[in-house]
Amino acid sequence: MRAEITDPTPLIEARDLTVRLRGADQPILTDVDFTIRPGEIVTVVGPNGSGKSTLVRAVLGHVAAESGRVIRRKGLRIGYVPQRVHVDDRIPMSVRRFLSLPRRVSDADAASALARTGVDGLQDRQITRLSGGQFQRVLLARALLHRPELLVLDEPTQGLDQPGIVAFYRLIEEIRRETGAAVLMVSHDLLVVMRASDHVICLNGHVCCHGTPQAVSAAPEYQALFGADSAQTLALYRHQHDHDHDGHHHGEHDHHHHGDAHHHA
Amino acid sequence: MAITMANTIITITGTPIIMLDDFLVRAGLAGLGVVLAAGPLGCFVVWRRMAYFGDATAHAAILGVALSLGFGAPVYLGTLGVAIAMGWLVAHLAGRGEAVDTALGVLAHGALAVGLVAASFVPGLRNDLNAWLFGDILLVRPADLAWVWGGALLVLGLLIWRWQAMVTATVNEELAMAAGINPARERLILTLAMAIIVAVAIRIVGALLVSALLVIPAAAARGLARSPEHMAVIATLIGAVSVGLGLAASLYADTPAGPSIIAAASVIFLCALPLRRGLA
Repeated sequence: MRAEITDPTPLIEARDLTVRLRGADQPILTDVDFTIRPGEIVTVVGPNGSGKSTLVRAVLGHVAAESGRVIRRKGLRIGYVPQRVHVDDRIPMSVRRFLSLPRRVSDADAASALARTGVDGLQDRQITRLSGGQFQRVLLARALLHRPELLVLDEPTQGLDQPGIVAFYRLIEEIRRETGAAVLMVSHDLLVVMRASDHVICLNGHVCCHGTPQAVSAAPEYQALFGADSAQTLALYRHQHDHDHDGHHHGEHDHHHHGDAHHHA
Repeated sequence: MAITMANTIITITGTPIIMLDDFLVRAGLAGLGVVLAAGPLGCFVVWRRMAYFGDATAHAAILGVALSLGFGAPVYLGTLGVAIAMGWLVAHLAGRGEAVDTALGVLAHGALAVGLVAASFVPGLRNDLNAWLFGDILLVRPADLAWVWGGALLVLGLLIWRWQAMVTATVNEELAMAAGINPARERLILTLAMAIIVAVAIRIVGALLVSALLVIPAAAARGLARSPEHMAVIATLIGAVSVGLGLAASLYADTPAGPSIIAAASVIFLCALPLRRGLA
């Protein structure tokens, strides 16, 4: 059962959103409309410079709208995983300490968040010593700490290899199923991300097309941006994924690539 | 000069115990006051690569000294005012994304040069200039102690109050903003803290060595620390030990006190290098 049926109040509603970055001649986003409902996975795809990250920043309230507006549901709790977090080696920071920034959390909450994303036991590890996949899971654990109703992930799989990417999106789906949190994702990984989404927004300064992954991949606007080949490949992926989902999805997840991220020092 | 005075007192009293009652105790207390705030603040200087920023602020303080003495204003306030103005200017340029490195170079050395030229017009300051450039911790008066401790406790209070927000903004500004923290405001508070430390430390280690007192203990602490708080505490302890060693060297080997403190901190930094723990 989908959450949006029981709770129709949108978490986020963008209406005619236009954003111009400081000093730019042209708006980076023009008249963008979209809605994020409870429990929904919404993915934003689009070429470089299409305004994907700006859209995320507008949802978070980090950039002001030139016209139009973003309506956040009152008291909405957002968990955020930014793009390209680089933590400098000069600041000593264990995973455990990082989870308590800026709000301190209990050891039990920290451990359960890390366990949820498959990296429990890494508490004492310095974050600069983590692999890319481990660090992404720690960032996700941090975003989960305060029971978010919406997870916002800006290109969360940058720098991961293909199995790592697949495992990461599978984890996102599991978390959505368990916590009921809605997810807004930006991604380059078209094929994998689209099969994990309920709703896809194809962005190129404006919303080119949107809808279910199948509908978007069949849309001429999408194919004009990404090529017709991508739609056919997607259909293949989609088919395999559906099959996978019916059967042994649960049993499989223990064997995924990042199972080796568990360390009990 | 302080050094000859120290010798004179040793000769006259014949016992170091008497000395401990006056200027040496004041010097030690002044040094400890400064490092109490310089330890944690220095960590931010290291984490955020603000060393040059510290230089620009401190060098501008010489101009503040010249202006204060020239116009008969209180030196601490004049120094603080000019240091804040310089800090604001640098932060403004950095915020506008100018070529920060070049801008800081121009501002840091330009401010020092203009300050030295201005100092030459102030009667009396010409001969005292060494004390402002390299500090004269052995000449600290009780009134100075009040300024130093007042300023240091204020900075320490600011840092403790804003600690979680500042550390978060230092790690990642996007994460900080998503948590409702305004990174620009935290930068401003750091700028203010830096100006205060410069104003109170200029009597202790001088305008040329203030940023060394911030950077070196924190850099030495980095390899020994496992958390930001741990690093701040270790940096403060290293600063305190450096003050003790520097004063001892000044007392027994007749070396200049301010540079001796920084030299001691540098030696500790070198000794700490092989001790760097393999970070888990």
